[in-house]
Amino acid sequence: MKITETEVRYVAGLANLELSDAEVVKLQADLSGILEHMDKLKEIDTEGVEPMAQVLFDAGETATLRADIVEPPLGNQPALANAPQPGAGYFKVPRVIER
Amino acid sequence: MDIPSLTIDAVREGLLARRFSAADLAAEALRFAEAENPRTAAYLHFSPERALATARRVDQRIAGGEEPGPLAGVPMAVKDVIVTQGVRTTCGSKLLAEYIPPYDATAVERLEEAGAVLIGKTNCDEFAMGSSNENSAFGPVRNPLAPDRVPGGSSGGSAAAVAQGTAVFALGSDTGGSIRQPASFCGVVGVTPTYGRVSRYGLTAFASSLDHIGPFARSVKDAATVLRVMAGRDLRDSTSAEAPVPDYSALLDGKVKGLKLGLPREYLKELTSETGALIHAAVDVYRSLGCEVREISLPATEYAIACYYIIATAEASSNLARYDGVRYTFRSKQGETLSDMYRNTRGEGFGAECKRRIMLGTYVLSAGYYDAYYLKAQKVRALIARDFARAFQEVDAIVAPVSPFPAFRLGEKVDDPIAMYLSDIYTITGSLAGIPCMSVPCGITAGGLPVGMQLLTGHFAETTMFRLADAFERTRI
Repeated sequence: MKITETEVRYVAGLANLELSDAEVVKLQADLSGILEHMDKLKEIDTEGVEPMAQVLFDAGETATLRADIVEPPLGNQPALANAPQPGAGYFKVPRVIER
Repeated sequence: MDIPSLTIDAVREGLLARRFSAADLAAEALRFAEAENPRTAAYLHFSPERALATARRVDQRIAGGEEPGPLAGVPMAVKDVIVTQGVRTTCGSKLLAEYIPPYDATAVERLEEAGAVLIGKTNCDEFAMGSSNENSAFGPVRNPLAPDRVPGGSSGGSAAAVAQGTAVFALGSDTGGSIRQPASFCGVVGVTPTYGRVSRYGLTAFASSLDHIGPFARSVKDAATVLRVMAGRDLRDSTSAEAPVPDYSALLDGKVKGLKLGLPREYLKELTSETGALIHAAVDVYRSLGCEVREISLPATEYAIACYYIIATAEASSNLARYDGVRYTFRSKQGETLSDMYRNTRGEGFGAECKRRIMLGTYVLSAGYYDAYYLKAQKVRALIARDFARAFQEVDAIVAPVSPFPAFRLGEKVDDPIAMYLSDIYTITGSLAGIPCMSVPCGITAGGLPVGMQLLTGHFAETTMFRLADAFERTRI
């Protein structure tokens, strides 16, 4: 499966990733090679096989649920401590314009 | 005090006999680790305040006649993808160069409660993506046994720290081999437990359905002790397992007679190298210990690489979406609007391998490709898991290589991502099935490089795995 330059730029847009022209060229080559290898999966018959989304073990249906009790949250200050631009108890961001 | 030769038992004995205090040991271990670090760059930063605080707590417990904990005073290193409250956690990324976590990972919390002393945080491939540690934004780690070679990855710093002797044990994370492969390259024990055996709370997510925390140590017994302390249900990780945690190290008696071992035909047929010879020699040791060895088949193996790199990158692309310049320290100075800021932050912040995987993961999840790649890979994953389930009806454990080759030279494979991915073949299958697997040193090549043997067992059968590893280790000492 070859991937085109247009597709590379489209996918970078989906991933919110700014790429230089040189990166686009390199990724087009790398991804094409990797996807070619992945085409190998077409060889194997998976008719009737349930997809495995998670490693599952025998357990009760509610085994993963904890009691519904409110616990103290992280708190505003610790949550904001690593923000590049905190302000008035919020995360500040540049102006929002619809794409 | 000879720091590199310390074991968990030796530290305990020394503390209880009052030959040294935990505070003295912590100070000496820190001094040694800082002095040794320029040789390998195994550590990204040290945590002296935290180390001394824990050590003093251990000393107070001992002075008060209390049980100081199963890991009292033991120097540990923690991979820098595992969060530590108040101690910088970078994930090997420029994006998190200044990130100070507001909480501790459950594994770290449990180990410190048991008395372990955090020396520092170890270098790794950016967001644990890599097989050589060359993808760290802060520079590569050198293999302590061969400084022109890689320590393996992505937990290269943790493996190097234990091999170098600056920590008695270290934590790594394993998604497709990131504990076992560096353990093999550095000649130490490395354990990937059953998926869900150790809480992932506080492990920076790479591929959530495949991520594990596990220990590195210089002996099987020490690795088993560390796993026991951190294993078990954690309400903060809904995928952590309820299954009871055995006292693994108390069950190591060297007796493995009658255990059935499987050798996967698909793994060994092409392995004619020195690595293959060392694995075969190890299998002969098991025969001499009374194990029954038979050939088994894991037919879906040849699809494992494609399957893994679809699932892992798909999950990574969504897990890494959170690094957008809003919450986690780094924000690009370029860009007038919010969406420009997102794109520039991520473009400037992520290294080449992370970008490659984000792109691949986004592609396989994108409209029109989901069924052909992601859904197909999940079905193949089920077949790989089924192969193992069938094998474990026949045998108690599987013996396999860890890596097709020993530690390679720095720079040797950086330009060929596919070759790098293909080298993960023997570790990826166990990761996809979610079964416990470990690397145990099994010999040295003519060139002086260590080689690890991989042992794999069924879900939650870590005890059998450790017993086999320990029995083999006893024949080497």
